Amino acid sequence: MISPEKCIGCRTCELICSFGKYKEFNPRNAAVSVFAYDEAALAVPLMCMQCEEPSCMKVCPTFAISKSEDGSVLIDSSKCIGCKMCISACPVGNISYNTIQKEMVKCNLCEGEPKCAEFCPSGAIAYVEATATNLDKKKKMAEKFKELFGEVNE
Amino acid sequence: MMFGWTGKLLRVNLTDGTIAKEALNIEDARKYLGGRGLGTKMIMDEVDPKVDPFSPENKLIFMTGPLTGTLASSGGRYEVVSKAPLTGTIGASNSGGHFGPELKYAGYDGIIFEGESDKPVYLYINDDEVELRSAEHLWGKTVFDTTDELLKETAEDARVACIGPGGELKVLFATVMNDKNRAAGRSGLGAVMGSKKLKAVVARGTKSIKAAKPEEFLESCTDARRKLKEHPVTGTGLPTYGTEILVNILNQSGALPTRNWRDGGYFEHAEETSGEALVDKYLVKNKGCFGCNMGCGRVTRIPDGKFKGFGEGPEYEAGWSYGADCGVSDLAAICKANFICNELGIDPITMGSTIACAMELYEKGLIKREEIGGSLNFGDADAIVELTRKTGLREGFGNKLAEGSYRLAESYGHPELSMSVKKQEMPAYDGRGVQGMGLEYATSNRGGCHVRGYLTSPEILGIPAKLDPLVTEDKAGWLKTFQDLTAVVDSVGICLFTTFGIGLKEISDMLRGATGMDLSDEDVLKAGERIWNLERLFNLKAGFTKKDDTLPERLLKEPLPNGPGKGKVVELDTMLKEYYEVRGWDEAGVPTGEKKKELAL
Repeated sequence: MISPEKCIGCRTCELICSFGKYKEFNPRNAAVSVFAYDEAALAVPLMCMQCEEPSCMKVCPTFAISKSEDGSVLIDSSKCIGCKMCISACPVGNISYNTIQKEMVKCNLCEGEPKCAEFCPSGAIAYVEATATNLDKKKKMAEKFKELFGEVNE
Repeated sequence: MMFGWTGKLLRVNLTDGTIAKEALNIEDARKYLGGRGLGTKMIMDEVDPKVDPFSPENKLIFMTGPLTGTLASSGGRYEVVSKAPLTGTIGASNSGGHFGPELKYAGYDGIIFEGESDKPVYLYINDDEVELRSAEHLWGKTVFDTTDELLKETAEDARVACIGPGGELKVLFATVMNDKNRAAGRSGLGAVMGSKKLKAVVARGTKSIKAAKPEEFLESCTDARRKLKEHPVTGTGLPTYGTEILVNILNQSGALPTRNWRDGGYFEHAEETSGEALVDKYLVKNKGCFGCNMGCGRVTRIPDGKFKGFGEGPEYEAGWSYGADCGVSDLAAICKANFICNELGIDPITMGSTIACAMELYEKGLIKREEIGGSLNFGDADAIVELTRKTGLREGFGNKLAEGSYRLAESYGHPELSMSVKKQEMPAYDGRGVQGMGLEYATSNRGGCHVRGYLTSPEILGIPAKLDPLVTEDKAGWLKTFQDLTAVVDSVGICLFTTFGIGLKEISDMLRGATGMDLSDEDVLKAGERIWNLERLFNLKAGFTKKDDTLPERLLKEPLPNGPGKGKVVELDTMLKEYYEVRGWDEAGVPTGEKKKELAL
């Protein structure tokens, strides 16, 4: 889960992601990218959303992309021919091409232990089970009400 | 194959427009690490220490370290090195943000600029393609406008280091600004850039940096990051309140210099200008530099009123210079003055301190009303904002302030009213109440400065051990270690703030993992000592002597009027003698032949 209001824009996620994949530091080959908007007080870390119905998977001509049991969308590099159709198909722009190692770059959730979440210093990237409750913004709104009414009652 | 370092440098001759790529000298890299150390070594080798800082013979170096752009804790730093116009000493100034890492991703450890251009130019580095381009359309523009325009005409994902009008007009304390709000702030290196008509350096890089021992490096970076997260200062204090957290702490210690250091170390309005007040009133968000897990940066907004504005900061020392030092309690005005410094590219520490000096000169009747077109008493919030703007543009009385407090006070016949060492203003910690800081200022190789051996850490914060701030005992030895370690930190490419939570061992571990060099912890600290001595040798050759290792008369003769240190002056003579001994220097403060041999200098 991403919380842009918490992100401090340090790009540690990009560093650890590229290191995890290629054992070298190169933010441009990371599967996560941070976009900072100072005026809006936001920085947005973006990575593959592991869609329920992945367009990349549908468009892949060699069936290199699959959805695993734990929900992560994976690219099998032995089947990938580097045609880059998945980049075009991804509606959120979360697949890129690594020109050094010549392969597609996409978040695979580090086999269930995402390094970006582990190294994120502010909690802006957190790895949580997608449940109805933690995706629900109603609760946050309810908490705001609680705070406001709490003050009134004091 | 290079690890840590990229192994390549750019040499740009601004006189004839030639650009060359050369190999990094690995033996020098081993001895001087990178950043501040390597930059100083190159200046020492290639520049006559007696040179006029604004002449084409002076050089300007941008230098990263072997940990810059890696996972090292807060490893986003680079250093700008040159002979400094404000002080005439070696000038080395460190900055964070994202520019340094980007330069390395483009494939370069650093850039050496030599000569001077006859027309404004900027350097665009796009991986292997490097070119000088005209900057005539940018000359006169603020740091923010310059950065925005350059990103439009080069690449959206590039990073910009540039000067503002302050640097162009050679304000003696002009900064080099990168990523808009990050500054290589002290000693006036932006003015050197301006004298060379170099408006900006734009970098964009897509290459990788490799570590020699990836798994060990990952482990040492993880260890360092964990320690920083768990430490109360780096894990809680700095992220929550930023560096401004120090306002109330120093005030309670009676060491917050007030009204040009005239009224002692206690400011009655400190609370209103503190980090806590900043969070309450104007903080929009925390911001971290590249690879930082502290995120002490402050994005701030003054939503309305005459000081309306948006930007970053202030940091503690800038907040102090405009606040306690000028006697100003209006935090909005302090923020606004700091925003203007960033936009025009000038150093807020020297700026605020120079205004404070002018305020004292005015109250003493030495500066006349007619000269400034109004009054200039301590506490004047409008004045700090307006005079900052005028100084950055060298307008009216600002033209005099643009020379810094020493030259200002001297022109009125009272240089002793400048609170500076080697003509650079001392920041935010009164040496009478923190004795070690007194010695630190007197011996700093770039003049009055707090980040050359931050003894406030043990003396006030008790890190790594609590020292009594009011005694002189052992301060020389502590200072030597702090100075040497700081030289290491500034050279490898990480942030000095990490040293609240980690030390020599953690830094050396990361350095070994990244570079693969066989260096013991002692070797690393020795490199720091070597760098410190090299800087000293530069200054001695530039004409500085023992008599320059001193403090303003006020700190040596006027006892602190209040606080825990009441009645104290800085007992400099005692500490300085011991310091020379600890350093292995002779009585004149010159490194002995034996010491030079030991350090392979």
